[in-house]
Parts: sequence; structure tokens; C-alpha cells
Amino acid sequence: MENILEYLKEERSQEWRAEIRKSMKAKERTSRERVKMPEEDPNVRNKSNIEVNSGLPIENAILEAQRCLDCPDPTCMTGCPVGINIPKFIKKIETKDFLGAASVLKETNGLPAVCGRVCPQEVQCESTCFYTIKLKKPPVAIGYLERFAADYERESGKMNVPNVADSNKIKVGIVGSGPAGLAAAGDLAKFGYDVTVFEALHEIGGVLKYGIPEFRLPNVIVDVEIDNLKKMGVKFRTNFIVGKTASFDDLKKDGFEAFFVGSGAGLPRFMNIPGENYNGIFSSNEYLTRVNLMNAADPDYDTPVISGKNVAVIGGGNTAMDSVRTAKRLGADRAMIIYRRSEKEMPARVEEIKHAKEEDIEFMNLHNPLEYYADESGRVNRMKIQKMELGEPDASGRRRPVPIEGSEFYVDVDTVVVSVGVSPNPLIPKALADLKVTDWGTIVVDKETMQSSIPELFAGGDIVRGGATVILAMGDGRKAAAGMHKYIQEKIKAN
Amino acid sequence: MSKILEKEIFSKNVVKLVLDAPEIARTRKPGHFVIIKIGKKGERIPLTIASADAKKGNITLVVQKVGVTSGKLCNLEVGDEVTDVVGPLGEATHIEKVGTVLCAGGGVGVAPLLPIVEGFKKAGNRVITILAARSKDLIILEKQMREFSDEVIIMTDDGSYGKKGLVTAGMEEVIQREKVNLSVVIGPAIMMKYAALTTKKYNIETYASLNTIMVDGTGMCGACRVSVGGRTKFVCVDGPEFDAHQVDFDEMLARLGAYKDQELEAYERYLKTAETLS
Repeated sequence: MENILEYLKEERSQEWRAEIRKSMKAKERTSRERVKMPEEDPNVRNKSNIEVNSGLPIENAILEAQRCLDCPDPTCMTGCPVGINIPKFIKKIETKDFLGAASVLKETNGLPAVCGRVCPQEVQCESTCFYTIKLKKPPVAIGYLERFAADYERESGKMNVPNVADSNKIKVGIVGSGPAGLAAAGDLAKFGYDVTVFEALHEIGGVLKYGIPEFRLPNVIVDVEIDNLKKMGVKFRTNFIVGKTASFDDLKKDGFEAFFVGSGAGLPRFMNIPGENYNGIFSSNEYLTRVNLMNAADPDYDTPVISGKNVAVIGGGNTAMDSVRTAKRLGADRAMIIYRRSEKEMPARVEEIKHAKEEDIEFMNLHNPLEYYADESGRVNRMKIQKMELGEPDASGRRRPVPIEGSEFYVDVDTVVVSVGVSPNPLIPKALADLKVTDWGTIVVDKETMQSSIPELFAGGDIVRGGATVILAMGDGRKAAAGMHKYIQEKIKAN
Repeated sequence: MSKILEKEIFSKNVVKLVLDAPEIARTRKPGHFVIIKIGKKGERIPLTIASADAKKGNITLVVQKVGVTSGKLCNLEVGDEVTDVVGPLGEATHIEKVGTVLCAGGGVGVAPLLPIVEGFKKAGNRVITILAARSKDLIILEKQMREFSDEVIIMTDDGSYGKKGLVTAGMEEVIQREKVNLSVVIGPAIMMKYAALTTKKYNIETYASLNTIMVDGTGMCGACRVSVGGRTKFVCVDGPEFDAHQVDFDEMLARLGAYKDQELEAYERYLKTAETLS
């Protein structure tokens, strides 16, 4: 840790940084208003797949970068799960060295264009920005700037491929190509390993492809980041389920020395209320996978999806917001969020809630589904809902929703998307009898190294956390890569 | 990509395909299935593996044309590639020596039943197999089934081959005649429903292999969910085989029809394009 502080201090004292700091008075920097993200018109975007946020223009990115005070103690960095050198990349933008800014991001983050779009910055870096904690002003728009630098680099066509060490010819396997796996793969490639990523689906990217919709994270952006990893020598194998297509032992026989498991959040949870298996009721995973991964809304593709007129989405997380906004885009007249707590307790990013409201999404907060009803063909046509009120805080610290007796009522629906969380995917634990898992089915790992009870197996992301964010998964992937590197190097030394 | 190595036409709508899939061939067991996808715009459908040759590195699928994807698959020729094949998926059949096993297969359900019949026979059981179909030309894999069965009974709806009647009539006949310790049924959902009701009467433990709609096949989406003993289970990771007496077949039948309208429309569109092309 001290080394990092030392390093940051050294970086900050470089001549260019000192010069840019002096170029403007702190008072002038702090008197500026935070820039606004340009957005597509809500009534246009809710009928198309166009990206909602269109990105900062160059001049606004520079203005925003000027707000950053380049603090001697950059508290913002404590809020970043992957430890981006935030002031350094922002000051690069201020000096108009946009490609340099992108390089700084990529020192610690393999997917900056993704994180700039989907990270909950308001509870991470921006929540610990000097403006937030000391000045009580809106924080520097770190997320917007991250996206700006990454997009600038991609659009310039001058993508910088990070340096990789000379190949050490040691094979390592990554299970799952979502954010955790891609982050681990990037770091291990930098260390010089021969990295193969195994993906169960036919597409690389995991939740970035099947889960997060195009209007929030265009697939082309994910593909560019994956291409970058390929240029770094990372190999990808789709349609390959480790533990099924080949066992860990088979792969070890093929020379794999260590593994990182980032197999993600497997099983969707349902509420186990009457009628939940009627047609027209989906898990958010199924609904989003059909639309995002399988392109079901496009008649040229073979996969079907039901596009309802009255759609209820159960839940208050980012996935619920993605589902309800997708339903609107598929032509729903009425797209509703049904959430059992109040807006304050919603786990979704503030921006997603704001965007959803602008797009004509109805919010039925403090409401909970009780039962579904169907027509004679078994297709859902109505649901029973109960009103809730907030009681005492529960184990999560959020106020517990309590049903209001006698408040039940009915709503007509033809599509329901259940988005109340996921349980860990059982495939890997089932394939490894010696693997220690929690009662919830998540893999038990050392918090620092991400090593599991099987020494050569490391894990991170939702298979360890049980449901978290892209950036936390990436942070795990990076930690695990360091842990694997140390484990393998020590093993070599011991022999 | 998996190349088609052999193709055999069983009947107008049923085709046997042998695919090059060395890894799957090596690790698959009776009861496992694969997910296939044809072309960039294809959908993912599950198909149970009929047999595999680990040495040659291939797997055999028996496919019935029922929709766009199965239609496309049946129209592929030797040398063509199936874009995506992933597996083996699901839990393997639990095979052990129990005594007498009554295996009943309906339509193309006979194909995934073959490795199970073989497995129970090799485990030292007496195996009685019933093959059921609408008519003679739809009876498949009879020769292979005879190889691993102590007795094969053929049932056709129209009486064009074997005995006239439904699969349940054949099952009743065996159960009346001798002690059956276990039954395995694979076929259309409606056939499995009545087969399960038949063995339930006699309290014979019965497994059914369910063929539901799936997307990923790895537990992620929940499209395949069924109620078993009043609890929701995922066919892809908890199955595909379940205690047939606990399965809610009526719910399963309704769920199989979830996309009936879209599927029909897409199939008609597909047939039209296929016609224009040929």
C-alpha cells in the first residue's frame, strides 16, 4: 500500500502535472458547474436501441477535467475497485492528451469504455471525490470522463494494446468470459501467461452481451475490448463448459497450471408464488438473453420473444431497469416496475432510475406481487398485487417492507419479468467435490488472493459474491490474476 | 463448428445425424443433451444425444422436423457444419442394477432412450423395451434396441406394425405379466404423462426425460422450468430426468406451447423460403 502512495506522489510531482495544476486557480476550478451528459430524447430513444447517453463533446470533457483539483490525497481512488489513477487520467484530458488519458485507464482497467458506462460511480469514486465529501458540491464527473477518454481512443482508430511480458509459456485457464474473466485474462496476459478463456455460450462477453442492453452498452464497444485482449495473445474458446465439455483434470493434463472461475450468477430466482410458471412470465435473464444475445426482437433472427402490451417487471435493481426499459422498446403501452420497498432503497443506479422515468416507465414502489392468473391457454393475463409500507431496518440495513392487509388489487398484464436476484451457477461446484462453497452455493475464497479451497483454482465475480456489479467482478478478476501469478511463481521456485 | 459426418433418413420428418464433436463424445453419458445453433441468426435448441463414439470423436443425434431450427438441421448434408454445438449438458441417467427395467420410447424419444437401454442392460438388468409410434415408418432404431433388450414390443397407433394401440397398452401388458422394478419413459410430453399415470397405478418408480424449451441450457435463463413435486426445477441443470410421478405434465405441455403462434408463423415463412430456394 505504501508503495502505491509513494508511486502516486511521484507521479503527481511530475512537471506536467505541477504545471497544469498551476495553470488555473483552485477557486476558478471549484466555481464551475458539473457538465451534463448529453442524452437522446426520451420519446425517441424509448422506441429504438440507440444509446441513451451520447458522450461528452471534447470541449466539455476539458471543462470538466479542469474541475478536478488533482488532490495530493486522491480520495476518489479509494472508491475505485480496480484502483484507476483517477487524477492522472483526468489531468491528461485537461492537457488534451486524450490518448494518454486512455493509456492511464488501461494501466489498471481493461474495459474502460464499459466501466465508464455501467459503473455506479455515485457510490464509488464520485462518492469519495473531494467535491462530494468536503465541498458538498456535485463531484467531478469521473465516469463521464472515463468514457470520454476510452471512446476517444476507440474512435481515433489508434487503440493502444497494453505491453505484455515475454511469454512464459505457462498455460492458465479462465472459466467464463464476463467482466471478471476478461479482467483476469488481461492481467495474466500482461504477466506473460498463455491464457485461454472458456465460454459456455456462443458469444464472448458474458453479462456484458446477454444482460446489459444495447441502449446502455452497445455490443460493438464490448467487441473492441475483446479484440484488444486477442491482440494481447488471449485465446477464446466458445461453446465450452469447463466441468462438462472437459473436466478440470482433463485440462490439467493438457498443461493448464491454474484456473480462474468467473462463471457468474447462474440460476435466476423466482418468488415461488402461485401461477409463476404461466407463459409470458420470464426471469430477467431469459428476457434479456432473448433480446440482447439472441436478437429475438429482430424478425430476421430465429429466436422468438413475447412483446407484451402490459408488462410488469418485478424488482428494483439495474437488471429490473434494463428489463422494463427493454419492454418499452419492444412496444409496451404500459411498462411497470413493481418493487416492494421505496425508491430510496432501490439498488439500481440513480441514472438508470432517472432514465427509466424519462422514458415513461411507471413505478409502483411499495408494491409486491402475490399471485398470477392466466387465460385458458396458460398465458398470464392478470396479477394480484399487495401494497407495502416500510417497517424497521432488516439485516441489510434497509427498512423492511411490511404488507398492508386488505390493500390487495389486480392489474392486467400479458408479460411479467421477474428480476429479484440470482443464485450462483451450480455447474462448477457440482464438477468439483473438494471445492468449498457457502450454504448459498458461492465459492469460498481468500479475500486477498481470491484462492479457493483448491490451491490451483481462483474465483471471483458473482460466483463468489452472489450478485454484484461489473466493476466489482473486474476488481476480483484483477486480484485473482495477481494471486495466481504469485501462486504459480512460488510453485516454480519450490520445484 | 461441428461437421456432419453421416446422415441417414429414418422417415419423411426424422433424420439421424452423426456430428464431429470429439470433446463431447469423450465426456458424454446416457441422458446428456447438447444445445445446437445453426447460423449467426439461429436459435438455441436442446437435443438429447442418442449415442457417441469416443474413439472416433463423434456424437449421434436423431432429429424430427418440427420447426425452423430442426427443419434447418434436417436439411443439412454430409460435409455441412453445425455452427454451434455445446455440451454435454444435464445430469446423466442414474444407472444401476435394480432387476427388471421397462423402457418406453415414443417417436424420436426412442433415440435418447437407446443409450439408457444399453446402460441398464450392461449393468445386469432385465430390460424390456417398448417402441411406440403413429405408424410403421416412424418406428426407429428397432435393430439397435433389440441388441440391448431382452424383449422389444412394438406399438403403433394404426396397427401397421407390431401391436395396435398406445404405448400405455404395451406397458400394462408387461406390468400385468411380470414384476417391473423401474420404468424409464421418453417421448412427447403427452405420452410421458399417460405413461407416468400407468406406472403410478402400480407404484413403479418411473423416470421421464423432459424436453422443454431452453435458451442457454446451463441454468441461466429458467425457460425450461417445470414443477416437480410442487417445486420449480430447471430441466437443464436439475434434469433432464425427473421422477415422472411428481412432474406437472399439464404445466409442461402449456409451457411447451409458449411460442406456438410465433413458431408456426416462422416455420411457414421458413418453408416458403426453402421452397423458393429449391
